[in-house]
Amino acid sequence: MTAQEYAFTVLAVIGAIAAIAVVTARNVVHAALYLVVTLASVGGVYLVLSAEFVAWVQILIYVGAIVILFLFGLMLTKAPIGRDALDNEHQWVPMMVSGGVFAGLVFLIDRAFHLDSRARFAAFPAPTARVGDSLFRGFVLPFEAVSFLLLAALIGAVVLARKDEAK
Amino acid sequence: MIRLPLVLVFSALLFSAGVYGVLARRNAVLVLMSIELMLNAVNVNLVGFSAALRSLTGQIFALFVIAVAAAEVGIGLAIVILLFRNRETINVDEVNLLKW
Repeated sequence: MTAQEYAFTVLAVIGAIAAIAVVTARNVVHAALYLVVTLASVGGVYLVLSAEFVAWVQILIYVGAIVILFLFGLMLTKAPIGRDALDNEHQWVPMMVSGGVFAGLVFLIDRAFHLDSRARFAAFPAPTARVGDSLFRGFVLPFEAVSFLLLAALIGAVVLARKDEAK
Repeated sequence: MIRLPLVLVFSALLFSAGVYGVLARRNAVLVLMSIELMLNAVNVNLVGFSAALRSLTGQIFALFVIAVAAAEVGIGLAIVILLFRNRETINVDEVNLLKW
């Protein structure tokens, strides 16, 4: 194994354990904090894959903004704590479905890329300048569409969450 | 130097954890968190393939996915808060007004 693979494996194990903790935690605030660990380790994975701009965007937007939104949502809705209040009665159905999804995906990955293959790819350096160049050269229209989507989401969220005093 | 199947298996694990969360959780905020896990799995795949195929397009799509995820969380939490204000609950199995 190479040094990059060691770093990736450590980050991936931390991220996977935290991801499983997110979906099994009994306390909703703990689930949000485990989500921070998962998102940060995914950001580290991006750094290992030398996608630096995506890594910093991940830290800024996911860890910085989205988790804070989740915490606000949890505080404003007084979520109860405990297994019975948070989870469905039938635990084995989601267990089997997600186990089946994982097994199927690993089977497909094995068929397509061979889990025991020795082929390694070198890091593809993607400095922010090249990402920005590519973004504004080839993807200007999707970029504008995303900005329009964000504006629509902003207005929609304000309209949805506003108290209607007239009625 | 890194092997691509490692990245893909990590992404598959994140995705199936998200699937489990969406199906097992009753709390709407926790369901949204599980959806974020699945979107992150997709992003890991996109960045991994982008590095393996030596093309920047995957990273740019990962950025778009992050932006759309931010919009989705904003709208989703607004709906959850509206739901809590009207029904005093955010358990997804008690919200069945639109169920045939």
